[in-house]
Amino acid sequence: MSSDTALRADALGKRFGRRGGWALRDCAFRLPAGRVCALVGPNGAGKSTLLALAAGLTAPTEGALTVLGTTPAEARPRVGYLAQDKPLYPQLTVAETLRMGAALNPERWDPAVAEGVVAGGDLDPAARVRTLSGGQRTRVALALALGKRPELLLLDEPMADLDPLARHDLMGTLMGQVARYGTTIVLSSHVVAELEDSCDHLLLVGGGRVRLAGEIDELLAAHLRISGAAADADLGPHTVVESRVTGRQLSALIRPAGPLTDGWRATAPSLEELVLAHLRSPNAPSLTEERAA
Amino acid sequence: MVEYRIDRHSGVATYVQIVQQTKQALRLGLLRPGDKLPTAREVVEATAINPNTVLKAYRELEREGLVEARRGLGTFVRRSLGAAPADSPLRAELEEWARRARAGGLERDDVAALFTAVLDKHFQGDPS
Repeated sequence: MSSDTALRADALGKRFGRRGGWALRDCAFRLPAGRVCALVGPNGAGKSTLLALAAGLTAPTEGALTVLGTTPAEARPRVGYLAQDKPLYPQLTVAETLRMGAALNPERWDPAVAEGVVAGGDLDPAARVRTLSGGQRTRVALALALGKRPELLLLDEPMADLDPLARHDLMGTLMGQVARYGTTIVLSSHVVAELEDSCDHLLLVGGGRVRLAGEIDELLAAHLRISGAAADADLGPHTVVESRVTGRQLSALIRPAGPLTDGWRATAPSLEELVLAHLRSPNAPSLTEERAA
Repeated sequence: MVEYRIDRHSGVATYVQIVQQTKQALRLGLLRPGDKLPTAREVVEATAINPNTVLKAYRELEREGLVEARRGLGTFVRRSLGAAPADSPLRAELEEWARRARAGGLERDDVAALFTAVLDKHFQGDPS
């Protein structure tokens, strides 16, 4: 497989316990290197499971996940992973935490990068981790993940406990990493709007399956929001993701399979509309890159 | 140097906002030939937008012949736009006019409507 692929899933499935339900099933997608990918879906959709599989912390039940051209375990030194609870040692100081990062990643550690991330947050290096706020802790955990100069950075709900200013700072830091090193980033969230300007790739999971996968521009271009008279509605060849009738009007989100007949008013959907329509319609067909191409 | 402000709710694509703000700075003389645009990294660290969006905007400006990318050095202004630098006499007259409009009790929307109407009358059919 070519090295321009950061992440590739083939028939990937994960079940917890022999009788447990499937957290993920039949997942197939490809994430090109250098992208900033939004991993979106409701709680319990399988986002954290997918990230843990990519980080090599747990093994798939079926299928395969290829990370930076190799197995997740082999790729681990080149992958940064930030778990949702941002585990850090509370009794260590900020400076000691970074020294630990250096000791754990002797081959790859770049102290300037790690210290730069910490310095951006106006943090006292002598402060103990347990005295820090949620946003400050996230910054230290991120410094630890970025200090090893990862080629792929996996972030599980990194912004959940941050105020708007800290979110903006964090995204700015991440985007700077992408601009400078071409780092591939996957970050999960259930708030789509805050990712729209930063991400160029989307992976939408719902009910353990990949519902949408691909470049955000292409996914948006493949859909239309339409409205028209419900009486003579014939959406014949098009794929209808979601449709609703209000009085005499029908409005729908479709994947057009050719020109629309007269009488429809069509507009481009926003990313949030696209995501919500797919989540509200669990039976609508999925669209992933392979099928879109 | 120019600083970009991204308005997420404007309905204008982010890269178009960068193109427009760069042109605005060129028109006002805030950017002049030889000036360096901020690097993609500087822009994204300040605005948290995707670097590819900045590069797309810079490619568009390059395609229009306004800037040029010099390998390893950055992106530089090639030519300016329009003839109304920030310190021109025309601006001073407009400032004076706006001051009088306000003193005369006009509200911002009134002034904008008036200005647009005159603009439309004199530049009918010109590309905007």
